[in-house]
Amino acid sequence: MSTPAIEIEGLTKDYPVGFWRQRMHRSLDHLTLQVQDGEVFGFLGPNGAGKTTTLKVLMSIIFPTSGSARVRGKSIDDVSMHREIGYLPEQPYFYDYLTARELLDYYARLFGFAASERRERIIRFLERVGLGGAADVQLRKFSKGMLQRVGIAQAILHDPQVIFLDEPMSGLDPVGRREVRDIIHDLKREGRTIFFSTHILSDAEMLCDRVGVLVGGKLQGVGAPREIVSMEVYAMEILFETPEGHPLPNSLAKSATQVGGRYRAEVPEDQLYPVLDELRRCEARILSVTPLRPTLEDYFFKLVARDKSAPPQLVEVGAR
Amino acid sequence: MSAVPGIVAVNTFREAVRDRVLYNLIVFALMMIGASVLVGEISIGISRLVIINLGLSAISIFGLVMAVFIGVGLVYKEMEKRTLYCLLAKPVRRWEFLIGKFGGLVLTLTVNTFFMALGLGAALYYVSREFLRSDAMIVIAIYFIVLELALVTALALFFSCFSSPMLSTLYTLGIYVAGFFSGDIREIGMVTHSPAMQTAARAISYLLPNFRNFNVIAAASHGDAIPFSLIWQNTAYAALYVALALIGASAIFSGRNLK
Repeated sequence: MSTPAIEIEGLTKDYPVGFWRQRMHRSLDHLTLQVQDGEVFGFLGPNGAGKTTTLKVLMSIIFPTSGSARVRGKSIDDVSMHREIGYLPEQPYFYDYLTARELLDYYARLFGFAASERRERIIRFLERVGLGGAADVQLRKFSKGMLQRVGIAQAILHDPQVIFLDEPMSGLDPVGRREVRDIIHDLKREGRTIFFSTHILSDAEMLCDRVGVLVGGKLQGVGAPREIVSMEVYAMEILFETPEGHPLPNSLAKSATQVGGRYRAEVPEDQLYPVLDELRRCEARILSVTPLRPTLEDYFFKLVARDKSAPPQLVEVGAR
Repeated sequence: MSAVPGIVAVNTFREAVRDRVLYNLIVFALMMIGASVLVGEISIGISRLVIINLGLSAISIFGLVMAVFIGVGLVYKEMEKRTLYCLLAKPVRRWEFLIGKFGGLVLTLTVNTFFMALGLGAALYYVSREFLRSDAMIVIAIYFIVLELALVTALALFFSCFSSPMLSTLYTLGIYVAGFFSGDIREIGMVTHSPAMQTAARAISYLLPNFRNFNVIAAASHGDAIPFSLIWQNTAYAALYVALALIGASAIFSGRNLK
């Protein structure tokens, strides 16, 4: 079996909080995870779940309290590992006195590319992220979306095999989000491994082979989006219209909600036919009947709600 | 040998060159040198001495201001604006980044000092219409100023690795002032009758970089010869302290969790 692209073992990160009476806050709690080569892995979780902390540890921006991680078999402490990865931080910020071309040239130099290759790559990657026309504009004049794009360009400039993206869709308009999704699809087609954190569950469902849900620093579930949520139908959704002046059937009088000129109702699967019969009796026009299954969003919110009921993790100094 | 410090240094230089604050300081320093011409003209018989003295002092003081204020922000700005995140995700060791930042600022200060020295040379030529053989001492004095600025930059960088820019400025200026009077600290120890005080004063005076060693402005303005041995002694002395400060800074910064 080949080496996983990313191996995380028992990664834990504690931060001191408070001034006088310092305690440790556990931001990441024994995270163990593997991402296979060529996989698109979505790292989901609410704000403060530990997603960015995980990425910062993997990039050696901060150091773990305990645990270890390897990327393509190399320890994260090994600087040569950084030749094989690309990283887009959350809300990236760059040297605003540089132009996009100069910024990418600076980073490309760190990988030892010759001048002619740097020139070619810079043009190619700026065009790939839709900034071909802004190569010589100073970054101080860039919008948030443009900075996000230049951030993606610098993350993939050296053709890394593993790419870490922290909230790559944040700050982008729908067109920009679509373009980033297309870039991620292209990178996947090229066989790269992509590990990205996001709040946007629809993006995760669309892009990811597997997702991991992190809540309160703990990994609560990992799997393909269709695997981790139960595919069992929990209700049936009925959309219908009633003739003017006709009252709603008794069984739906309380539960149906009006949207525009239509009604929407959710009923248990075993009561679908009796309800449809009642609707027919009052001459309602049935517009659609759809089975409802839990979504990734439902699964996500269930985990978040469960975590909210748990007390915050504060550890006395020295108790570690 | 890694090329990373050089690449970071060039970018640091570019950042400084594109900063308007720097030009304001240079213009102000050149105005000071220009003003020394006026002062020199009303100082009958000693105009050259006044111009050299004031000119070199202006170069030293403005260089010091730049070294401290830019030096303390070198690493802090990269952390605060999170530009460091993308950089550390590249094959860059933290000590390479620090050496690069140091090198970039020293390069900037050297180029600035060069232009200010040109201004001083122009002022001197304007007044006396000639250069004397003894003016070579001015070049040595300027070289010592560059060594001093390199040392101050290394100290500023060292303090900025673990404290805020405000505190780093205070620490660096504090060490500069104390280092300027390190000889006096040793003297104070000698006049006390306590052996413990004498030992402590001696230890502190040896620990502090002796900035007075780099100040040969008076000799240069009088055209007095500066011994050749002082050139290599000061060079070695500055190199040692810079190396110690950078090793300390690298040790601290390499283990630091960034925000």
